[in-house]
Amino acid sequence: MKRTALILLDHAVILLFAGVLLTFGFLAPGFLSWASLGNLLIQSSPTAVLAAGMTFVLMVAGVDLSVGAVMALAAAVAGKMMLGGFSMPLALAAMLFMGPACGLVNGLLVTRLHIAAFIATLGTLWLGRGGALWITETRAMNLPDSFLHLGSSRLLGIPLPGIICAAVLAAGNVLLEQTPFGRQLRATGHSAVAAAKAGINVRRLVTAAYVICGFCAALAGILVLGQLGAVSPKFGLNKEFAAIAAAVLGGTSLFGGRGAVFPGSLLGAALIQAVENGLVAINANPYLYPVVTSAVIFVAVLLDTLRQRLRAAATRRIFPETEAKAFSASAAA
Amino acid sequence: MSALLEIDNLVKAFHGVPVLRGVGFEIRAGTVTGLVGGNGAGKSTLMNLLGGNLRPDSGAMRLEGRVYEPENSAAAARAGISFVHQELNLFPNLTLAENLFLTDFPIRGFFIRRSVLARQAAALLAKVGLPHTPDTPLEHLTPGERQLVEIARALHGNPKLIILDEPTTSLSPPECERLFRLVRSLQAEGCAFIFISHALGDVLQLCGRILVLRDGAVADQGPAGDFTIARLVTSMAGREIKQLFPGRTELPVADADTKPLLEVRGVRQPGVVDNIRFTLRRGEILGLSGLMGAGRTELARLLFGLAPHRSGEILLDGKTLTGGPRARIRAGLALLTESRGEDGICAGASVNDNIMLATLPAHAWGPLGLLSNARLKPVVRKVSESVHLHTRREGAEPLRRLSGGNQQKAVLARWLLAEPKVLILDEPTRGIDAAAKFEIYQLILALAAAGTGVLLISSEQEELLALSDRILVMSRGRLTGEFVRPDFSPESLLRAALAHHHSHPETHP
Repeated sequence: MKRTALILLDHAVILLFAGVLLTFGFLAPGFLSWASLGNLLIQSSPTAVLAAGMTFVLMVAGVDLSVGAVMALAAAVAGKMMLGGFSMPLALAAMLFMGPACGLVNGLLVTRLHIAAFIATLGTLWLGRGGALWITETRAMNLPDSFLHLGSSRLLGIPLPGIICAAVLAAGNVLLEQTPFGRQLRATGHSAVAAAKAGINVRRLVTAAYVICGFCAALAGILVLGQLGAVSPKFGLNKEFAAIAAAVLGGTSLFGGRGAVFPGSLLGAALIQAVENGLVAINANPYLYPVVTSAVIFVAVLLDTLRQRLRAAATRRIFPETEAKAFSASAAA
Repeated sequence: MSALLEIDNLVKAFHGVPVLRGVGFEIRAGTVTGLVGGNGAGKSTLMNLLGGNLRPDSGAMRLEGRVYEPENSAAAARAGISFVHQELNLFPNLTLAENLFLTDFPIRGFFIRRSVLARQAAALLAKVGLPHTPDTPLEHLTPGERQLVEIARALHGNPKLIILDEPTTSLSPPECERLFRLVRSLQAEGCAFIFISHALGDVLQLCGRILVLRDGAVADQGPAGDFTIARLVTSMAGREIKQLFPGRTELPVADADTKPLLEVRGVRQPGVVDNIRFTLRRGEILGLSGLMGAGRTELARLLFGLAPHRSGEILLDGKTLTGGPRARIRAGLALLTESRGEDGICAGASVNDNIMLATLPAHAWGPLGLLSNARLKPVVRKVSESVHLHTRREGAEPLRRLSGGNQQKAVLARWLLAEPKVLILDEPTRGIDAAAKFEIYQLILALAAAGTGVLLISSEQEELLALSDRILVMSRGRLTGEFVRPDFSPESLLRAALAHHHSHPETHP
């Protein structure tokens, strides 16, 4: 019974995704067209990349609220550089440097100064937002068309953002599943104390998780620049919530130690995007969007809590007779 | 055959309190040595020295004839000494193979060599006789099987000596048998073991030699064949009382007519305590003895409403206690918790705030129920003086600045203000210097003289023997003995404390 419930919960994102697609497809004809679905995947790629990075931080039972602000800060710097005459590759390189650097700051605040992740990254959120506003002087910056070309260019017929997103998800998945680093990250998320006792360098590991998250934030910033071609004060606003919700919807636990980059992050991000697109398709009142988005976040967290409680109940054993039986059976084997 | 490990005259003291006073012994390759001793005999400290977690004040250790001075647990493991601690250090969210190789995965470049990992893990699992595949999640295993995983991990570095700390407490009898079979087969391959356990029957059955520690020294040792359970208990118990105790002069009025102050009727919580029944009278000091993990602290938490119980009843002054701590404090119960630092004090708050913590509503004043510092101050001062609390800034400093003894006095002061009818003290003198201990003993006696019923949980036997009017003994969640002053003897207490530590039938006669 509990096992079935757990399996259902573990695949909840697929069920929800299917439910959302069918509902909006029924309400708004055309929502389920191939073009619309492909568009949905491309649109959700920045959030998927953010969620992939967020997965690493959530894995060690941390959280990074600053990803949206890091996107904005990096984009503002890149925009300023482009308008100042630097080449696009240089601007992109600067963004990809700033992301991990911000992540390093977060990581050091958490591991060296022992500031709670929630507060430390809330602080860097305001720092990043403030920095971005200062650099842009609160005005929207229209960037050269080269960024938009970047966003709409195709490689082998596949849009570049999709390729970048796929590469990030693949690399993140390999890093988490097939390297000692990933396995130790998982162990640390279960219990940092036990991990330290086992001889794992917990501080370095946790810092690395924030650096990865920062790098993904910068990449997501590039993807959004490719979609918008402009940096406004609202660039990346509230993206941290979408990223956390996507990762958690995709099965990564806020309690640490459980989850995966793929397919969870992608499905979670696509689900959130599908809700947004669906609301547009049925001409819903725009003031309703935040209400619906927050409902999605609540559902994500509720699912996670249910999973956690069920798992604790399912694995708790107090010497049942079956245990002795199973034991002698296995001893005989 | 020369010794694998030689321990020579090890001495270790904490804050001037000697814990090991010159321990010396030898371990030979391919032997199993049983290490027994009561609470505070020095077993943990000795193991911490062996494991590199602590360094001795003097004395020497030699491993295979070479000086052995491990810097940390990793160095101990490299030298060939592995530990299997009572508390397992495993990760249920990882697979068996990942648990076994967490810190030294076989890798190529950045990637785990999965096939090599699976092969090596399977070999280790086969060695301890676990039939599971290496990619089974640990959470699918029973506690006993997890214990075997921990041993497989200990085997990973091909250790010469494995130390098993209370490995059988969470195991069912067949799981125990399996563990013993494993120990014997590894022993045949030349691996030595130190087996630490309170299950004396198991120790006699499994071990070749036995070493008894008492008060930080080797009290007895020899071939297991020369020992009986009776001899073990006698060696562990010892006799003389070292600490000075204030005499128990005023005895409670022993009129059987008066109703008991606290009455516990058949309290049971599966897996924690079973059929606990006892009474506590006004002015009585009731000692509660037992080994670590016997369930004493769990019982205290249950009485105080911090943990649930499935059946049975707890009555204070004839009224059934229900609800959480808040309701029970109001009813007249108080609990001084075992781990002061974790759940006894608010370390960062001031001494005075800590003292007032439990009784603030009673001192609220005026129609708005506000607190007035001017009114609180004399109250705090009075109770601070009564417990001989020494503070520098009239109690305005954070409590964590005080010594352990003064912290404990502040917590006592908190409960004195609440004027409880029954005070439960869980290890009230742990980590406290001798002078402060003496003062706390005096306070306990004064409280009892004033009519408070005191339930005193302590692992220091002398303390219980000196202060208690009656002593209850717990073992594995049950009451296994009751002794009334003056019929106290350390040996009978220890025997009762060891009851229910089942021993397992010989598997290979």
